[in-house]
Amino acid sequence: MSEIKNIRDQFKSKLENDLSIDQINEIKTELFGKNGLISSKFKTIGSIPEIDRKKFASDLNEVKDELQNLITSKISEIEGKKINEKLEKEKVDITLPERPFVRGKVHPVSQTIDEISSIFSEIGFSVEEGPDVENEYNNFTALNTPDNHPARDMHDTFYLDENKEVLLRTHTSPVQIRTMLKDNPPFKIIAPGRTYRSDSDQTHAPMFHQVEGLHIDTNINMGHLKGCLNYFIKEFFEVEKIKMRFRPSHFPFTEPSAEVDIGYEIKDGKIIIGEGDKWLEILGCGMVHPNVLRNVKVDPSKYQGYAFGIGIDRLAMLKYGINDLRAFFDCDYRWLNHFGFDPLDVPSNYRGLSR
Amino acid sequence: MKITYDWLKDHLKISANEDKLLEKLTDIGLEVESIENLSEGLDLFKIAKILKTEKHPNADRLKVCDVHVGNKEIKKVVCGAANAREGLLTVYAPPGAIIPKNKTKLVVAKIRDVTSYGMLCSESELNLSNESDGIIELSSSKYAKNIGKSYFSKSSSNLIDLSITPNRPDCLGVRGIARDLSAAGFGNLKPQKDKKIKSYKKQTLKVKIIKEKNQGCLSFGSCLITNVKNTESPQWLKDKLISIGQKPISAIVDVTNYVMIDINRPLHAYDADKIDKGIIVRNSKSGEEFTALDNKNYKLDNGMCVISDNKGVLGLGGIIGGTRSGTELDTKNVLLESAYFDPRSIRKTAKKLNIDTDAKFRFERGIDQLSIEDGLNKAAFLIKEICGGETSKIDIQKIESFKNKVIKFEPKTFEKVTGFKISNQEMIIILEKLGFKLKKEKKFFKLSVPSWRPDIVQEIDIVEELVRISGYEKIKIENPIKERLKNTLNSTQKLFHFLQRAVASKGYLEAITWSFTDSKYNDHFKEANKEIKIVNPISSELQVLRNSIFSNLVMYISKNLDRGIKDLSIFEIGPIFYGSQPGEQNTVVCGLSAGKKSRLSWIEKERNIDIFDIKRDVIQTLVEAGYDTEKFYIDDKSPNYYHPGKSGRIFLNKGKDKAAAYFGEIHPNILKTLDIKTESLVGFEIFLDNLKLPKKPLKDQKTKYSVSDFQKSERDFAFIVDKKISVQDIVSVISNIDKNLISNIKVFDVYEGENIPENQKSVAISVTIQSLEKTLTDNDLEKTNNLIIETVENKTGAKIRS
Repeated sequence: MSEIKNIRDQFKSKLENDLSIDQINEIKTELFGKNGLISSKFKTIGSIPEIDRKKFASDLNEVKDELQNLITSKISEIEGKKINEKLEKEKVDITLPERPFVRGKVHPVSQTIDEISSIFSEIGFSVEEGPDVENEYNNFTALNTPDNHPARDMHDTFYLDENKEVLLRTHTSPVQIRTMLKDNPPFKIIAPGRTYRSDSDQTHAPMFHQVEGLHIDTNINMGHLKGCLNYFIKEFFEVEKIKMRFRPSHFPFTEPSAEVDIGYEIKDGKIIIGEGDKWLEILGCGMVHPNVLRNVKVDPSKYQGYAFGIGIDRLAMLKYGINDLRAFFDCDYRWLNHFGFDPLDVPSNYRGLSR
Repeated sequence: MKITYDWLKDHLKISANEDKLLEKLTDIGLEVESIENLSEGLDLFKIAKILKTEKHPNADRLKVCDVHVGNKEIKKVVCGAANAREGLLTVYAPPGAIIPKNKTKLVVAKIRDVTSYGMLCSESELNLSNESDGIIELSSSKYAKNIGKSYFSKSSSNLIDLSITPNRPDCLGVRGIARDLSAAGFGNLKPQKDKKIKSYKKQTLKVKIIKEKNQGCLSFGSCLITNVKNTESPQWLKDKLISIGQKPISAIVDVTNYVMIDINRPLHAYDADKIDKGIIVRNSKSGEEFTALDNKNYKLDNGMCVISDNKGVLGLGGIIGGTRSGTELDTKNVLLESAYFDPRSIRKTAKKLNIDTDAKFRFERGIDQLSIEDGLNKAAFLIKEICGGETSKIDIQKIESFKNKVIKFEPKTFEKVTGFKISNQEMIIILEKLGFKLKKEKKFFKLSVPSWRPDIVQEIDIVEELVRISGYEKIKIENPIKERLKNTLNSTQKLFHFLQRAVASKGYLEAITWSFTDSKYNDHFKEANKEIKIVNPISSELQVLRNSIFSNLVMYISKNLDRGIKDLSIFEIGPIFYGSQPGEQNTVVCGLSAGKKSRLSWIEKERNIDIFDIKRDVIQTLVEAGYDTEKFYIDDKSPNYYHPGKSGRIFLNKGKDKAAAYFGEIHPNILKTLDIKTESLVGFEIFLDNLKLPKKPLKDQKTKYSVSDFQKSERDFAFIVDKKISVQDIVSVISNIDKNLISNIKVFDVYEGENIPENQKSVAISVTIQSLEKTLTDNDLEKTNNLIIETVENKTGAKIRS
């Protein structure tokens, strides 16, 4: 017994030293190898007198377990230390920049068009489009603006031929004509797109964007027009209340016609929509002129409705505080990056127009 | 249209203040564009007397004057006018005064070393007339007692500029505006109390309107005033014209202008002695010419309405008179014309000759046909009063007599259009105040339209009048119903929006550029397309419609590079044009990327952006949009503006469609010619019109889900193959061997050079072999392996590398 104890004591103290894994393995072999001290003891069990044998075996097992556990824990202690040292060495400066990424943007006009479409979508308008190059008939004559009519002077037109029969559309209203010629009433559409006028200064660009709206049915009156625009402006500017003023005006293709002003004020150099006592003209509208309906073979005694035209660029400027119209089309990378929108910011009904 | 409240009060009985007026004008559709106080600061201009003049010591033409400016104050003023002389009464402007003509503020200034305290003014400098020759000479009888007093009489009335819409010629006269205001309950319209001329003398100058096709003159009224003495206008008339920013010229001209503004009745005054025998109103003959009052010589076409005499053209009716018969200060006998010209004829002629005059502006909008006599009476009476002489009877020639239009109006139409109600009584009051004559029938009103309202021709026009005058604020808001019966976007539009955001999400900034461009840039990208010119471009840099979006993007990327931005990606989605007819356009997404990837990165190796970057952007975009990359086919036939060896076309299906996209490096020659400074410039174009829209909606596009859990085996092959054989071909050969077994074909190495024969390359490919039905045996795998080698060798001439 004392011999076993000696082994235990001797090795316990040995294992208390600072040892390498190799050294521990050596000890392990010394004890439990084929001819190890403990292994050899087990071989002697048979020669132990019967009376002492049981006790001897039990003591031996106990010492074996004790030393084995000691060795295992010693090994895992060393391994743990090793790993910790390794991790310590691997530490990086996590404030170094991440790998480079790129971020694209959607143009504010595109974002605004999507916002507009989303708003009108909820009240049942669908989107129609037409070509940028138009004939004189669709752009003017069908819209009750005959040749030799002074109302044509309201639009400075780009022409593509000397006879002035082909032109760049001056408004998106010809889409009305195309839509009504193609389908049957009722009509409930918006038509966003590029429009052109040969006008260029700080506040005018030769190309700009307009959205045309058209709602024709049997019972649509000016109250619906007011309601529709009131709803749109409130939703678009994401405000609770809007101050809106309808003013009589004249467009050849609508009668009665109106221009719509919204109330605003300037606070700390920023324009606040919906408050204040200044007026800002933002769109033109009216009841579609019976002559226009006749031109597209819609019976004005059965059908009536409204149309409106809104400058998209101007809406974007007002909503997002952009001062210079020309900058929209100047393609300055810094400007596009500043005023552009993340492509994941898709205006939607459930998530709202903007973040 | 410029008016003052004072002038309005000639026609309107009213006591409300000006703010109320401005509000009302806008409310009834006569939009107030601006308000200006013309008399502000004018009180500084004093009546003064020159006491002494001396020659300026350093300038021959200048004089130094001692000027008495009132209150016994004497100022030294340097003056260059020849007529500056001792004893002259004139107008003095002190330092601080703003000269009306050029809006400059006077300061005490040294003029050639002599200090001048203010200035002596000419009529032109005060916007009183065009007379700039010398300073104003005031008559001593009238002004001698007023030295030191303000020259301008005080007017508190602001100049109100109204934006009159083209349908309202009646409101180009002050009376028309007053009438509208009175209908809206703002004051009462005063009755016209113009004195009529009394004469039994015949108008002796014969007037004849030739009855011919497209005769633009329908009636011609005239009055001959003999033995007049044309003179300066009386102060009230001058003040009136000055109050709306016009310059008085002479009594005869001023009177015609006054009548025109007051009641929108354009008149023309001829020197009757310069008319040869009589007036003939006729169509011009091609080649006729005359010199107009703007001192330009005009050559006429056939069929323009001219006023002529025996010698030829005197003027263009309703547009501009001629110098030959113009009135001057010494004119003795005046023929006043008051005529009606057809708006279309006026507009056609004026447009062709490019003339814009006040008369033309009014006639092309439509003048009151019944105002001919009123205008003549009013003007002739005033001329006689101011210039003396004798008036003739009024003579009116016409080829067509005017009849008032009659419109049937059903009162219930009003509510149908506007959504609100007003009583029949209210309607009647408004319409009568606007000048309609009304007859009530059973269900409708029979309305006779006043002659000054050419814009009113049908029922809806009556509704407009009623709602405009009642007030748009009465229209009730009908809230929209939230109901959608149709998709907002169709498939093409959905694709547009998807691609726009898909490309943006790859790091591109979206640009919007003009649809027109500079041919200098466009020429590089137009290929076989014809150039589409704009007839009237804003500038030569914007003279053609773009045949490619690159025409603009390349220019703008170059501008951005010049700003010092080295690495940038931009794109645009929009139209390009291949013809000048409506619809001859395509929608394209076009992107450009310049510079390097990972420039100045501590961790990534920087490198030039290359064709495989841009190819990834295009392919990924197309895949995201729902197209199957397995079916894509790529060849190297791309337009000439790409690098011939580093560009290609993508087809969604081999041999079926038009190319869905181009991609590649921009041709180095273009970079050189356009001086674009960048390490690398790559671009792509995706053609929306060539993308077939999915036949099935997304909900029906998902196929049955099946994956294999049987063991898979990855095998690598290296083939030596002719350089001309594309990797796409090798991959396609392998994938077509057995689609059930072979998947995930990856090209992991391409190598040319040492150990590889010339004109050959080594392509290393990894292939996954897996069955959906069972675990493949070694034998199965070996068979597939051999089949791959054999097929590739047979079909492409490749050799497996041992």
